[in-house]
Amino acid sequence: MKAVETPVKKKEIDHPMEPLLRMDRIPHIWCPTCGIGTAVTAFVAAMEQLEMNLDKVCVVSGIGCTGRVAGYIKLDSFHTTHGRAIPFATGLALGNPELKVVVFSGDGDLIAIGGNHFIHAARRNVDLKVFCVNNFNYAMTGGQVGPTTPLTAKGTTAPYGAFEHPFNLPYLAESCGATYVARWTALHIRRLTNSMAEALQKPGFSFIEIIAPCSTLYARRNRLGTGLDLMKFYHDNSVIKHGADTKDVDIEFQKDIVVGTFVNEERPTFLDAMNERLGHVLGDKYVKYGGQDA
Amino acid sequence: MKADPKGVLTGAHYLDGDHAITEGALAAGCRFFAGYPITPSTETAERFAERIPTIGGVFIQMEDELGSIAAVLGAAWAGRKAMTVTSGPGFSLMMENFGLGAMMEVPCVIANVQRGGPSTGLPTLTGQADMMQVRWGSHGDYEIIALSPNSPQECFELTIKAFNLSEQYRVPTFVMTDECVGHMTEKVVIPPADEIELTPRRWYDGPKDEYLPYLPDDDMVPPIIKAGDGYRIHTTGLTHDERGYPVINAECQEKCVRRLLEKIQKHADKIIEIEEEATNNAEVIVMSYGITSRVALKAVEEARKAGIRVGILRLITVWPFPEKRVNALSKKIKAWVVPEINYGQMVLEVERCAAGQAKTIHVPHGGGWVHDPADILKAIKEAVR
Repeated sequence: MKAVETPVKKKEIDHPMEPLLRMDRIPHIWCPTCGIGTAVTAFVAAMEQLEMNLDKVCVVSGIGCTGRVAGYIKLDSFHTTHGRAIPFATGLALGNPELKVVVFSGDGDLIAIGGNHFIHAARRNVDLKVFCVNNFNYAMTGGQVGPTTPLTAKGTTAPYGAFEHPFNLPYLAESCGATYVARWTALHIRRLTNSMAEALQKPGFSFIEIIAPCSTLYARRNRLGTGLDLMKFYHDNSVIKHGADTKDVDIEFQKDIVVGTFVNEERPTFLDAMNERLGHVLGDKYVKYGGQDA
Repeated sequence: MKADPKGVLTGAHYLDGDHAITEGALAAGCRFFAGYPITPSTETAERFAERIPTIGGVFIQMEDELGSIAAVLGAAWAGRKAMTVTSGPGFSLMMENFGLGAMMEVPCVIANVQRGGPSTGLPTLTGQADMMQVRWGSHGDYEIIALSPNSPQECFELTIKAFNLSEQYRVPTFVMTDECVGHMTEKVVIPPADEIELTPRRWYDGPKDEYLPYLPDDDMVPPIIKAGDGYRIHTTGLTHDERGYPVINAECQEKCVRRLLEKIQKHADKIIEIEEEATNNAEVIVMSYGITSRVALKAVEEARKAGIRVGILRLITVWPFPEKRVNALSKKIKAWVVPEINYGQMVLEVERCAAGQAKTIHVPHGGGWVHDPADILKAIKEAVR
């Protein structure tokens, strides 16, 4: 009996993420065991899961390691200035309400230099999906302390350990008005993917914090071991608490990390509120612009 | 292409310069405005907020000027004509993103209603001391276009022109007015929409899979697409190649940045608009712009009565600077007299372009009020002595 011949392909099987990555820019600049790639994988998986019209999805990044995400995703992608990803994305989202605008950036970019924009975009409930990779330090510039560095953890500019109280990002996001708030670590790929899919379908300002290992800088300076050790740490110390009060999800140095979907509410988006108010006051004279029932 | 009648308030109006800027923007098809209140520019934003709901578009008051300019750049990539307006302190805050606009080649318009500086300076009083900042304020080498109106009518007209130039050359374009012109109320005639010529965005119309975001046309300007059209482009503030991909080396820097400069420099003759009067037979020329050009008229009148042959050169386009014309005129005159409401900015350009062929006499004013024409007259008399 003749053996069944295996058809010979010129190319090995395509990587499943290939259609959504700029393969001509790979290899990327991220270090081995960095968590940003995992966050990107979850994002791509979420988009595939939703079968979205990818032509209408835009990614906006600021500056830093996570700021480079825009450069690798094969969508309309914008690598902007440090801290200004959110207002740039606000212009995109309001300029064409048909677009689904994702802001993918780091904790330093979004919360330190860009903090003012973060709180106001959440307050306005602009239709933005903000995915914040938190690696507890400024990695692109060599491991400086940041607004999320846990107390006592070291950075190059906090050689004796951080003594400023760090931000609790989910609490910040919720108190400013975000309608969807979740936190996962780079270990929780499936849950992170589902969370991103949920956020992508939800109108308004959604915020997901992704705790990610930075083994080259943060972990090494703080003697936390390898990337694998960090993943083990997430495994042993993550506590899933959906609906947890965001006041209680502070992150302390090498203590438990509360993860889960904390907030999932409905509130009119910026454009919904604009249409409602201007339509109410101006009646037929008002020219409606975008919004959920456009 | 002609203006969309929806945004054109055809007729004769009594408007101040700030409001005329808004009407110019709406006539030019601007449908996105992001701004932050700052004296003496706020009236432009207020009028946009009032007018846009019945035209169709968005006004958003941002949390600061950093956000305002970033939102304008984003909206432009969404396909909108977009603008912001500000004054000194806000202008300083916007600098980094002017560079991003130049680097990403984003068509957009920024108006600066100048007040006295530095720092908080004179919030309610005039100045012309941001003229070098608009050209050089963001880091690195780049080119922008800047225009300077001297009346509310010109605020209207030059805002339209600013939009047209920004589309033609894919470059942030500035309307550099001042508190006097911004708050001066005069007759503004807005023509019918079909008499307003607009430059459309340079949309790419070739095969989709061959599009390279930074591959320029013959005139060095690349055609553009908008987000959501399926091109899936990448654009960055990093030095980039024709694909828009970052390339961090000296060769790419040379290619990328040189084109940003040359696309403006090589079209300077087409871009530049100046107004001249009696320059051919002049022994001295008064060069000015904005409100100062109107104050200088009184001095010129007096000087002519005294028998001095005085010409006038008014900058309508401030950047790129009309260096060829200033150089050519310098061969025929004794001196330039340059009054401006600062301690010496555009006069440096005049001096550079005169290249020693004619004297350059600056008439400074620190801001807060316009010149006394007598000071300009004195300088004219000194020039011919």
